[in-house]
Parts: sequence; C-alpha cells; structure tokens
Amino acid sequence: MQHIVIIGNGISGVTLARHIRKLSDKNITIISAESEYFFSRTALMYVYMGHMKFEHTQPYENHFWKKNRIGLVHGYVKQVNAKNKNVLLSDGKTITYDSLVIATGSKPNKFGWPGQDLEGVQGLYSKQDLEKLEQNAPNKDQCKRAVIVGGGLIGIEMAEMLRSRDIPVTFLVRETSFWNGVLPKGESAMINEHIKEHHIDLRLDTNLKEILPDENGRAKAVVTDKGETIKCDVVGLTAGVTPNIDFLKDSGIELGKGVKVDRLLETNIKDIYAIGDCAEQQEPIGNRRPVEAVWYTGRMMGEALAQTLCGNPMEYNPGHWFNSAKFLDIEYQTYGWVFSERTKKDYESHFHWRHPKEKISITIAFHKETNLFLGINNFGIRLRHELFDRWLNEKRTIQYVLEHFKDANFDPELYDTYEDDIISKYNADFNQNIRPKNKSWKRILNLH
Amino acid sequence: MSGIDKSMSLAGEPPKALNGGQKASVLTGMVGLGIMVLQLFNLHFGNNTLWLSISLLLILLGVAWFSYASYEHKQEGIKNDGVWFKSISSRGILGWMTGITLTGFYIVLYFYPEYLGLVQDGDNRGLIALFDPLSKALSGNPASQWFVYGTLYTLAILAFGIKFMWKYRHSSYQRIRTLSVMFFQTAFAFIIPEIMARLNGDLPYYDLKNMWPLNYYNFERYRVNGFIEAGDIGLAMLIFGVLSIFVISPILTYRFGKRWYCSWVCGCGGLAETVGDPFRHLSDKSKFAWKVERWVVHSVVVFVTLMTTAVIYSYLGNDSSKYWLTKTSFLVGVAVILTAVFAWAMLFKRDQLQKDAQYGAIGYFVIIAVFLGMHFFSGEGNIFLFKSSTLRTSYSFLIGSIFSGVIGTGFYPIFGSRVWCRFGCPMAAILGFQQRLFSKFRITTNGGQCISCGNCSTYCEMGIDVRAYAQKGENIVRSSCVGCGICSAVCPRGVLKLENGPQEGRINSKDVLLGNDVDLMELVNKK
Ligand SMILES: Cc1cc2nc3c(=O)[nH]c(=O)nc-3n(C[C@H](O)[C@H](O)[C@H](O)COP(=O)(O)OP(=O)(O)OC[C@H]3O[C@@H](n4cnc5c(N)ncnc54)[C@H](O)[C@@H]3O)c2cc1C
Ligand code: SF4
Ligand code: SF4
Repeated sequence: MQHIVIIGNGISGVTLARHIRKLSDKNITIISAESEYFFSRTALMYVYMGHMKFEHTQPYENHFWKKNRIGLVHGYVKQVNAKNKNVLLSDGKTITYDSLVIATGSKPNKFGWPGQDLEGVQGLYSKQDLEKLEQNAPNKDQCKRAVIVGGGLIGIEMAEMLRSRDIPVTFLVRETSFWNGVLPKGESAMINEHIKEHHIDLRLDTNLKEILPDENGRAKAVVTDKGETIKCDVVGLTAGVTPNIDFLKDSGIELGKGVKVDRLLETNIKDIYAIGDCAEQQEPIGNRRPVEAVWYTGRMMGEALAQTLCGNPMEYNPGHWFNSAKFLDIEYQTYGWVFSERTKKDYESHFHWRHPKEKISITIAFHKETNLFLGINNFGIRLRHELFDRWLNEKRTIQYVLEHFKDANFDPELYDTYEDDIISKYNADFNQNIRPKNKSWKRILNLH
Repeated sequence: MSGIDKSMSLAGEPPKALNGGQKASVLTGMVGLGIMVLQLFNLHFGNNTLWLSISLLLILLGVAWFSYASYEHKQEGIKNDGVWFKSISSRGILGWMTGITLTGFYIVLYFYPEYLGLVQDGDNRGLIALFDPLSKALSGNPASQWFVYGTLYTLAILAFGIKFMWKYRHSSYQRIRTLSVMFFQTAFAFIIPEIMARLNGDLPYYDLKNMWPLNYYNFERYRVNGFIEAGDIGLAMLIFGVLSIFVISPILTYRFGKRWYCSWVCGCGGLAETVGDPFRHLSDKSKFAWKVERWVVHSVVVFVTLMTTAVIYSYLGNDSSKYWLTKTSFLVGVAVILTAVFAWAMLFKRDQLQKDAQYGAIGYFVIIAVFLGMHFFSGEGNIFLFKSSTLRTSYSFLIGSIFSGVIGTGFYPIFGSRVWCRFGCPMAAILGFQQRLFSKFRITTNGGQCISCGNCSTYCEMGIDVRAYAQKGENIVRSSCVGCGICSAVCPRGVLKLENGPQEGRINSKDVLLGNDVDLMELVNKK
C-alpha cells in the first residue's frame, strides 16, 4: 500500500489527509511537532481570552484519527532525504514515504531588531506562543504594559487579547493608517477610530528601533523611530509571517520565500509536494500572491492535492478570492478584489458608504469604464458568499449587484437593514437611478 | 517566575475581581434574597406586603444594576471574556455550590414543601406566608409552594432577561427574542392563569402556552372534568389544548422551526436562555452525548405517549351510546395517528434518517403497537402491564420532578442550561422530529467562510457540534436546535444565519467548499 507522509497537522495537511481517506485506502501518516492533535490556529486568541478552552479549538474528537486510519506522529522533522525517500525526526527515527507533502505553515517575521530575542519578546503563531503569552502576560499586575509591533490581522488580535485582561497596550503601526496597504482609506480610518475606542494606544507611522533589556535579560522598554522610549513588560512581534521551511535548506527541494511548487503543487522533486502557508507558486495566480498565508487557501490546496494523489491530477485553481477577519468588535468580509489606494489598479473605481453613527461600511470596487463588479469589502454587515461568487462568475455590473443587494444580506433576522441607504448614496454619487429588488429565495438558491 | 500558577492548563488569570458597581449590586440583590431566607426561618418582619415588595424589588434592582455595571462601559459586541476562567461559569467551586443549592431547593420544593412554610389547613408560615398577599391579590387564594416558585421563576426570567439584553445589546434578534420569553412567562405562565382562577373557580390552572406532552397531565380525568364543568370557556380551552399540539404547533414549526416555541415562548426555555445563559457552554458536545440524547429523549416520548394513552383510557367508558369516545375507539384513534406518522416518516423521509434513527423508530413503533394490541387480548385495568396510575406517578416523579426540575435546572452550573430540553423534554423531541423532517427552518452556512474556530460549538447550549457542519460548508438542520441564535452571534466570521426558506436546498451536503476550483467542486460534490 502506498504510504503518504504529511509534515504538518495544520488545516492544509489535515484537509489533505481527510480527503485522501475519502478517496482511497492509502496509508497516511501526519508528522507534526506542535501539538498531538489538529487544532484551529485561528482560535488561539479565544483561549487566552477565556472564551474557549484549548480542547475546544480541536475540530475533531481524539478518536477521529484512529477511526479514519490516519496515523499521527508527534515529532519534529529535521531532514528530508529525497534520494532514499525518507524523513529523519529529531529523535533519530526515520520514516519512509512514497509521496511526501510539506505542510509546515509559517513562523512570525523578525526583522533583525536589536533585542528581538529577549525574554518577554514573542510572536503569536503557535500553541507554544500562546503558552508563552500566558506566562509573560498573565494579568495587568505582572504585565503593566505591552507593546505590539506590526499592524496586521494578528497584531490587532493580540491587542484584543491583552485588553481582555485590562493590560494597557501600545500598538506600533508602520503605516500612516491601520492596514492601509490592504484597506481603502475610509475603512482603514474607521478601524483606527475603533482601535482607540478600545483604549488601545495606537501609534501610526511609527517603527520599532530597538528593544531594551533589563538586568535579567528581559525586555523592559522599546525605542521607536520617533525617539520615544516606551516602558513595557511584553513585546509582541506581529509584523507578518514567513514560510517555516528552514529544515529543508539542504534537501535539494527548490526554495524561494517558500517551497516552490507548480500548479499541481509538486516541487522540483517528483513525489514531493507542498501546500498551505509554506507553498510558493512559481507564477502568482491572478491577483493572488505567490505565498498565500490564509486558512482558506490551505484548505483548498489540500482538497485539490488529494485528487492528484489519488490518481486524478487536478491543478490548484482557486475560485474567486474571499476572506474575512474581525477587528475587535467589527466583522469584516471581502469577496473579489478591492484594493487600497496604494495598490489600486488604474481601471478600478470605488463606491464607499458608511453608516452615519455605527461602525458599518461597505466599499465596492468596479471597473471605471464597463462598470463590471470587481469586489466588495463589508464591515459590520454580513453578506452571502454564494451570491458574490456567482455574480463574479457571471461578470455582473455594480448596478446589477446593488439592484439585487437584498438577496445578499446575511445579517441575523430582525436586524436593521441598510440596502436602501446604500443604494440612494450610490445613486447620488454616480447619478444613477437604481431601485433595489425585494429579496427572492428563488434567486438566492438558484431555483427554477 | 514566582507568583505565577504554572498549572498545566492554558487557562490563566483574567481580571476576575468585580468592579465597584458590580460589588454594590451583588450586595443589593443579596439583601433582597436575604429577606426571603430570614423569612424562611420564620423570622417575621411583620407586614408581608411591604417586605415582599422590598425583597423582590431589591433582587430585580440588584441584577439589573449588575448588568449595567458589567456591560455599560464596554463596546457593544460579544461578551465572553473570561467565561472559562470564572469559578461560577467553569464548574469551579462557585459553580458547584450554586448547583448544590439549586438542587437542594428543588428537592425541598417538590418533596418537602412544609419546610418552605406550607400549611395544608391553616395559615401558611415562613417563606410561603410572605407570598400570601401577592397570591391573594391575583387569584384570591393564599400562596402555595407553586405560587412561590412561579413568582421567583418569573422574577428570575425578568431580572436575568434584562441582563441578557444588556449583554447582547448589539443584536436585535437576541433582544426581541428575550422580550418575548419575558412576556410569555409573565403574562401566560404567571398572571393569566391566576386571574382565570379568580374569574372562574372551576377552571383548572392552565398555562395556555404549555401544551401536551409538556403538560403531560392536561388530559387527566380531573382536569378534563374541570374544563367541562367550567362551561363554554373550559370547553374552548380543552379544544385549544388538543389543537395546539395537532394543528397550531405543526404549522408554526413548519414555518419557523421549533424555535418559535423553545426559545421564544417556552418557560423552561425562557429560564435556560436568561438565568442559564452563563452556563450554556457547559453542554457536552461529544458524539457520544448526542447518541445518549437521541435514545433518552425519544424514550421519554414513548413513555409519555403510553402513559397519557393509559390514563385517558382508564377513565373512558365502553358504551358508545353514553359518550362517543369509548375505550376502543380511543385506542384505535391513537393507533391510527401513530401509524400514519410512522408510515409517513418511513416512506417519504427515510433518506433523511440515520440508520439508528430508523431502527429506533421501528423499535418504538413495535413497542407501542404491542401495548395497544394487548388491549384486545387482555382484561380490564392492566392493558399496559402496569396500572395507568402507576405509570402516571412514576412519570410525574421521574420525568416531571427529578428530570425537569432537580437535574434540569439544579444542574445548570454543571451540565449547562438545556439538559432537560435536550435529554428529557418530550415536547422538544416531537417538535424536533418535525423540524428535522418538515420545516423551512435551517441555519445556513456561508459558503467557505468558516475558520473552524469552534466558538459556535462551544456556545451551543444544545451541545450541537455546529462547527462540524459549518467547516464542511453544510447547513445545520438538527432536530435539537432550539434556534437561540447564539452560534450565529458568537461566530467571528459571519458564517451562520438562522433563516426560514424553501425546503429545496435546505440540506446541502458538500465535500469541497465554495471558493475552490469550480470543476473540482462539481466533480466532488455531485452525488
Ligand atoms: C493568531 C492567528 C490567527 C489567524 N487568523 C486567521 C483568520 O482569521 N483567517 C485566515 O484565513 N487565516 C488566519 N490565520 C492564518 C492561518 O491560521 C494559516 O494560514 C493556516 O493555519 C496555515 O495552515 P497550514 O496548514 O499551512 O500550516 P500550520 O497551521 O502552520 O501548520 C503547520 C504545522 O506544521 C508543524 N511543523 C512545521 N515544521 C515542522 C517540522 N519540521 N516537523 C514537524 N512539524 C512541523 C508546525 O508546528 C505546525 O503545527 C491566522 C494565523 C494566526 C497565527
Ligand atoms: S445550533 Fe445555534 S441556534 Fe441552534 S441551539 Fe445551538 S446555538 Fe442555538
Ligand atoms: S464560530 Fe463561525 S468560524 Fe468559528 S467554527 Fe463556528 S461557524 Fe466556523
């Protein structure tokens, strides 16, 4: 029986294993160093905040793996030996494979800041990071202030975590407005306001210069590029992530930023594949980045590669981009592509609406000339994935999308609705006369 | 590092201390409660009207003030910080103490009401005497232990309903739903029956929103006689009782799912959603628990059906010229209805039932058929092997008292808030059967947006592993779902929506999720 070995039990490796099991009887082994069982990395914050216990982050009960004959090895792979088709674990064991899949995820970026390896300085990626944070910042008496460096999605999660224990937080953000490399300025500004509402000391346009140690080698303060020294007990480094592939350096596998793969997710060496955060496409797909470090893409690569490994070669060919996040209390979803002012295409135009009082807004990107709908960002309103996916497939115009906007509402029942306000703003901004259609189940479910 | 508890768990030290407002409000509520406790030990203050009012108001004020002090200074949004760190809500010492106190209260209430001050012939004493003025004002009668319980129950739903509304002030679904349970408890369970008793002394106590089999006693001889003796209005109520289980509830459940009852109207649900809210995450999510749930709750349905049939059977006559409904025609009627339901499920909905559900249904059906059939072959009185009165008393003891009260509510802080609704309530099981097979209600999963974080499953009071469906892009169509909407509220990615839509496309099993290659999705998801 063919033996498939997967390094990494994150969402990509586990999705792959599950789908291989559905399709075949092959031997499957997952080797992973971080935790015995698969857990959801995206939920780490909720453990620190006391919303969940760690066991709740595990999507499958422990007996699941045995029942589905998915072998689990808790260990660290030191080396991949492609010639002999085996991997060497740090405890000296070797495991041979017929196909090897690298799904080792990411690790936090460190940019060579002085003091970046001091006690009390940490990223937030792994279960061990969570345990470290519990040690470093158990409460506001032992951690009188934390400084978070890097204004991305993990940075704001870390700020929220610490605030849940009333720990004062200073948030250093390189950009002039939060996440404005991704978000258009109206939305980015709204998030700035919301961060401050949560009593987080937001420092925009500010870089870390160095971290100062105390006599015991613990971080005691940071110095910013504005020359300011901020006393603190914990420094969170959340300036992005990078593929976790150092152990592959001498393996002969072609590496760039990540493990280089073709569209079948195969590396330069036959029978070795890479998926998830650590995979780097030789050519970017559409507007996507060559390394996509998000949950959904890891899962989709797993779904696709399972087909290939089970004798039905299938390229990784993701559909329309979508993503979601939560900024403190504001939910965010996006479908299709909406670029920020910094990265906007020259044909891309934006329509923006924001609620006069609440933190609710949308931005729709459309083609200047053809009015083709390109994408939407929605904050504080939930929208239906299925419809936007369909509208993008059908190449609808922004007018069509707005006309049928009520179909797309995914907020809970009995919530206030904003379609009428949104559409009248659009009509006023662009001198149009669109009238919203009533919600239709027939259209939503595509029934005929 | 000294001073840090390095216990193996990741659970740490949140700000556990109460703020000033919370402390003061706890004190206020405790004084209110203290008055009742002192009264319980027969320390009379005199003027019951005055002290009862003070006591009830202080409790209400205490809880409302506590909510204000907890949430007022915070942004609107999900308020679950520290839930698993606090002793009361994580099966800590406070949780156990609360559980034991509540359980003790239920045992006294059900089995030793004299300790609460109930006096059969003569003036009440202790706690019950404190409630006499209120009871007399409403129904004209002195208070009983049930009146005391009803008042405290209503007070609890009102006070903690206010807290719940503060907690979820960003969600109009939650606010309106909570107003609804507060209203139905106060008006239908508390005030209207008392007033009806005042207007027409013959009428049995009837909480109109309770229907069979929740009020399993509704069709007993003394009640049916009571209804009939009370004249037209009594008869109307009797007919309403029959209609509500056979007509009204199926229609509403078809349109809205069982939530119209379980989390909008029902009193047990009302208590679970308000007082029980801090304990909702304690429900067991394992597959094993789900299995136990299915067997236990459906056995209760069989039990209550047999029991009610036996009880009604026992007081019907044999002579059709005296009264149209005889022992025989009644049994035949029951058999026809049960067979029709069974045949419908097996013929039309079989593909939607799991294997063990099919076996279970067949097994139960055979049991009931055998019992009914025995009527024709055996003599009077023992058709169900047991005397109907034995069935009746064991049901009311085991299910009505121990399960729904002592375990169902007393164990909130240990097993979560919906133990009764999940494992014991025959009404929930019947509505759930319909919700699963014949309803427009579903929880829609939003394409591929789920990040498997587990908030939904953790906070599902019914112990449904919501994530197991959501992460597969599948809608949640589960018979036990009471439609509380909390899974949708706590989901940080906007994945879940409770809605009523066409039955077509309601159950949508998927392997590859939306967002991936269109060809792959088609290849894998085609049946
Ligand atoms: C705090 C946080 C929040 C996030 N929130 C979101 C979100 O909301 N939405 C979203 O789309 N994405 C989010 N992400 C990103 C998302 O979690 C990742 O994209 C995803 O987990 C990557 O999955 P993966 O399977 O590729 O790798 P991973 O989940 O990183 O799994 C790889 C595993 O391999 C193990 N491993 C690595 N090297 C070795 C070795 N040599 N030997 C043995 N084992 C090894 C690692 O220890 C790890 O357990 C978040 C990430 C973090 C850290
Ligand atoms: S599935 Fe959701 S709506 Fe249904 S009972 Fe559970 S939490 Fe409530
Ligand atoms: S809470 Fe939402 S994102 Fe998290 S597992 Fe449930 S459905 Fe998925």
